[in-house]
Amino acid sequence: MNQMTTVETSADTATLAELMIVAASEAWRDNGELLASGIGIVPRLGASLAKLTHSPELLMTDSETFLVEEPIPLGPRGDYVPKYSGYMSFDRVFECVWGGRRHAMIGPTQIDRWGQTNLSVVGGSYEKPKSAILGVRGLPGNSINHLNSMFVPNHGPRVFVAGEVDMVSGVGYRAERWAPGMKHDYLDLRLIVTDLCVMDFGGPDKWAGHGLRVRSLHPGVSFEQVQAATGFTLARVDDLRETPLPSAEQLAIIRRLDPHNLRATAVKGNPPAVRAAA
Amino acid sequence: MALNKEMSAADVVGQLRSGMTIGIGGWGPRRKPMALVREILRSGLKDLTIVAYGGPEVGMLCAAGKVKKLVYGFVTMDAIPLEPYFRKAREAGAIEVMEIDEGMFEWGLRAAGMRMSFLPTRCGLASDVLARNPQLKTVRSPYDDGEVYVAMPALRLDAALLHVNEADRLGNTLNRANDPLFDHLFARAAERCYVSTETLVDRFALDAASAKLNFFERYLVSGVVHAPFGAHPTYSGPDYGWDLEHLKRYNASAADDNGWQQYVAEFVACSEAEYLAKAGGAERLAKLKTPVF
Repeated sequence: MNQMTTVETSADTATLAELMIVAASEAWRDNGELLASGIGIVPRLGASLAKLTHSPELLMTDSETFLVEEPIPLGPRGDYVPKYSGYMSFDRVFECVWGGRRHAMIGPTQIDRWGQTNLSVVGGSYEKPKSAILGVRGLPGNSINHLNSMFVPNHGPRVFVAGEVDMVSGVGYRAERWAPGMKHDYLDLRLIVTDLCVMDFGGPDKWAGHGLRVRSLHPGVSFEQVQAATGFTLARVDDLRETPLPSAEQLAIIRRLDPHNLRATAVKGNPPAVRAAA
Repeated sequence: MALNKEMSAADVVGQLRSGMTIGIGGWGPRRKPMALVREILRSGLKDLTIVAYGGPEVGMLCAAGKVKKLVYGFVTMDAIPLEPYFRKAREAGAIEVMEIDEGMFEWGLRAAGMRMSFLPTRCGLASDVLARNPQLKTVRSPYDDGEVYVAMPALRLDAALLHVNEADRLGNTLNRANDPLFDHLFARAAERCYVSTETLVDRFALDAASAKLNFFERYLVSGVVHAPFGAHPTYSGPDYGWDLEHLKRYNASAADDNGWQQYVAEFVACSEAEYLAKAGGAERLAKLKTPVF
């Protein structure tokens, strides 16, 4: 499964998921030595790609209990044997979270203009929600303690909601929620990688709900299209560019890390990176 | 020494009462004391407050109408992310909830184990965890920094239910899993702790490497239940993996009108020995592979 000669490595045929993996990997650039936690197929491959290319100093786990210096391929491993370099039980992950040396990327159900996220319940009332998801999980603690980025495979107004998210799980730049004495020094939201674009929180005034800013557009996507798919007004960088296509080297690494092509399930319909203009 | 803490699952449930607060060890689909949970499903216990890093045990207890209140950060089976019967109960408004951050949860157990009223943490500040749990208070640092924290209250348990790989009749336990999770904190937070175990011996005589896998003292353990495959269908490494086939079937049952009743008829309304036979028998279960992530 590690025979790179047998896999297609042309950037012309890269999928959108592969482009998003490369974009996600950028979240972990220049973070220094910390635990890179990519939860889900695209974030995990993004973190793995970051470690294997521009940021070898990152720490990673086998997505279970042990630290590894060589990122583990996804899914059944055949005769691949992980080489452990250390230990990272859940207990120690919490200690890592509270000490701040972590950058996690997850896919929330809802995100609002303040960067607040929801993984708990959607619709109806809190007592009787229309849809119960997982629960707040570790989002309150993650968001207030260390770097966080987000992955959205279905950019639309149901994810990027007009008002506040229905149950604020991960905290954000919403001034009203921070009473005097509550420390938000460690709140640091970085990238949002969607199926349309890459965004950050470098907008004109993130504490007033104007933080979300489009950094790059995926091939064939317009800013207007992104704005129309978002429940609130977005900022944009002055030199708005196209999200880079994966290089042949990046594609080869991605395909080696994901030998069962689980990334094909990450975005609905598994579209190519370069889409025909709408 | 006359200590012999061996008891049956029915004995354990006989010591529980309706209305109790019961902590359940493990995490999601990992190391859940399912044999003990099944015995609760067979019992008349009700109005329980369940405290758990939730997996299928939470869904089953909700489906059976045993749960008055759930204290949790999540309920999931990982490979099947959304727990179907938890969702049903939650969406029907059938259970009270105290939904908190995973770390707050740990802090609550630690506070209880240390006999503290609370422990301070930043986790939960500025989120809806505080807004939805008005009983949670904040506390200001008495030092110059004056920082405001959540005062996470102790999560005191009337009973804790855990599953381990090995135990002796004195109540000594070994956890051979790669990750011992937070089971020891459940043991410390509880008035009484009951442990199901894959293997049971009279008295351990361990080497140092094995003795290091003892994570809490036997004085915390009130009862030991010999329950081979007692975590099935969740996984209990290194002994056996999760039973995805069974979990999928359980998950699919929630889509049928009488799905839960049918699941109960087949897998709950029987002895544990019959359950294991219906689940495929020891030979099959011993071959269940631990999950690869």
